[in-house]
Amino acid sequence: MVSYQNPLSHQLRDGGMLLKEWQTALGTNATPVHTHTHSGHFYLIFLSSPDLDDAPGHSALEEISHEEAVRMDIPAALPPVSISLKDYVNESETLSKLVQLGVQLWKLEQRPNVGSMLLRLDFQTDVTPRLVFLKQLGVEDSRLGYLISHNPFILTESLENLQARVAYLRSKKFSAESVASMVSRAPYLLNFSVKRMDNRLGFYQQQLGLSAQKTRDVVVRLPRLLCGSLEPVKENLKICKLEMGFRENELQHIVTVIPKVLTANKRKLTQIFDYIHNTMNIPHDLIVKFPQVLNAKYLRIKERHLFLQYLDKAQYDPAKPNYICLDKLVSLPDEAFCTEVASATLKDFELFQKTM
Amino acid sequence: MTTPSVRVFHKLEGLFSIYKPPGVHWKLVRDTVETNLLKGINAAPPPGPRQRVQFLAEPTSVMAEGSSELTLSAASVPALAHHPLVSGPEFQHIGVGVGHRLDVFSSGVLVLGVGQANKALTDLYRSHVTRDYTLEGELGMATDNFSHTGRLIERTTYDHITRDKLERVLAMMQGSNQKALLTYSKVDMSTQEAYELAVKGELRPDGKSPPIMTGLRLLHFQPPHFTLEVQCLNETQRYLCRILHEVGLELRSTAVCKGVRRTRDGPFTIQHALTHQHWTSPDVIQAIRQYRSSRKAGKAKHTQPGKDTGTASQRQEMAEEAPVNRVYFVFVKLF
Repeated sequence: MVSYQNPLSHQLRDGGMLLKEWQTALGTNATPVHTHTHSGHFYLIFLSSPDLDDAPGHSALEEISHEEAVRMDIPAALPPVSISLKDYVNESETLSKLVQLGVQLWKLEQRPNVGSMLLRLDFQTDVTPRLVFLKQLGVEDSRLGYLISHNPFILTESLENLQARVAYLRSKKFSAESVASMVSRAPYLLNFSVKRMDNRLGFYQQQLGLSAQKTRDVVVRLPRLLCGSLEPVKENLKICKLEMGFRENELQHIVTVIPKVLTANKRKLTQIFDYIHNTMNIPHDLIVKFPQVLNAKYLRIKERHLFLQYLDKAQYDPAKPNYICLDKLVSLPDEAFCTEVASATLKDFELFQKTM
Repeated sequence: MTTPSVRVFHKLEGLFSIYKPPGVHWKLVRDTVETNLLKGINAAPPPGPRQRVQFLAEPTSVMAEGSSELTLSAASVPALAHHPLVSGPEFQHIGVGVGHRLDVFSSGVLVLGVGQANKALTDLYRSHVTRDYTLEGELGMATDNFSHTGRLIERTTYDHITRDKLERVLAMMQGSNQKALLTYSKVDMSTQEAYELAVKGELRPDGKSPPIMTGLRLLHFQPPHFTLEVQCLNETQRYLCRILHEVGLELRSTAVCKGVRRTRDGPFTIQHALTHQHWTSPDVIQAIRQYRSSRKAGKAKHTQPGKDTGTASQRQEMAEEAPVNRVYFVFVKLF
């Protein structure tokens, strides 16, 4: 629910009329009283003054001149509580400017409390300084919408914190372009404390045993490594070492080429490795040479391997003739795979897929 | 107001078949197809931006004393409340229904329907259509769930099994299934009408029935591997794996199922089923059109004056599968 509450200021956001104007318009010394309803929302209730013998002020049915009628500012009839930001977007400067930036308000309003938070922001004092900061960092204009759609809380983070975190990253010798690229691809990056980022960088450098420059490269390739939890990464590393049996230097090479292995789904990773190593009989050193196979879809590898086996072309040993490169097996699109690798037509491949 | 998205959605309303790959749950397949179709529908250009009118008071220009001109200018301001970024894409959910389900282990033809066609889906399947399966079996093993992925219970020899023995067992099984079909079809056996229906192979169970196989055939036999082709009604894939296990037991050995593949589901054959790279809206629209035109062609061929058109489509489907049934019915009669 988007609740339209202003407990602190007497200034209503609907028409910009101050309290005094309300009082003169109503003609009484009515004072607004904030009350709590059972749902916890604030509603304004006007209590009339106890003195009933006062001379009546302006009545609502009093006739006024045309000029006065035109000059009267009528506040927009906004609902006090709403489930959607649609009702407020025409009147709110913040929301309309965010729409112009390309922020997906329909997704944000589904998240709890985010809609109210965005409504309460003031464009000039809250949003503009942060947008300027991001621009100065090097984030492109077209990415600002994506950033705010995924992380609206960047607009409530204090500027000192943001600047401190960027300064920390620069002190760790990340170049300005790489910081900009990391921030635009991992929207939550700058919401994490310096201590947490430091902890993670230290973990990756220590566990993988990579040099500082290589760790930096891995993190720039996949900036969400600094955002998420370390438990899945630890489990993936254990699986690679114990279950799959990769050595330290082999694992280092795989991670530098395909950092996604660290955050991949455990079950899918073991399924793919099991098929490649046990069914296709590909040794460890060949997998290390082409780590892209660990990143591919299981169904794709299975279909293509069975197709090549049916055509008697499934030969992955580089020492023997008619060797099929694993890289080509996995990364080529279907059309190119059929013509170059299997020397068959796409129709034959589809007919074979239906026999699986 | 029909927007381009709504027009694309109307083109997508129909029945089509896809090829479900093995090892994937049918729900995941249905969700993938729904996501792809939504992408295609929402890719259509959104309707133009709406405007709203706002009246702004202009400063009064005092031309002469006493008469002050009151001018209100009307400004057309874009209304953002209906912008796609504020209200979301037009379609966020479409109803994609599934015909007879396939379990994770099996693969094959899976019929899906979109929108209004889901009603046709229920009607089609209430009319007792049969389904074709290809079962791959391996002799010499028995597992707990009748398939080769289960826990191994028993290993046996299979050298004594010949093609002849296997075919005899299959014929015996088909005989018992034929008897069950006659029982559940609830027709009076002593009438001429019943005989004619049985000869043409158009007997169908009336109401609920257990799984019945209307046709059973051996395709390949190369010990220990063999392949069966089955046509059945009211079955589950687990039941078919159990059939293979029972075939093994009848041959004084054991057998497990290595693959269950559905090749036909009612009027939907494997020829027109879409593989996973074709689960997109243009391919689905084409598949729907193809099915509709084939149905129209089939109806034009078979419908004649005098025949009741209510079951015309049903008879057409049965006429397509009749050849196999007829041969085996005669075979059983000779026994």
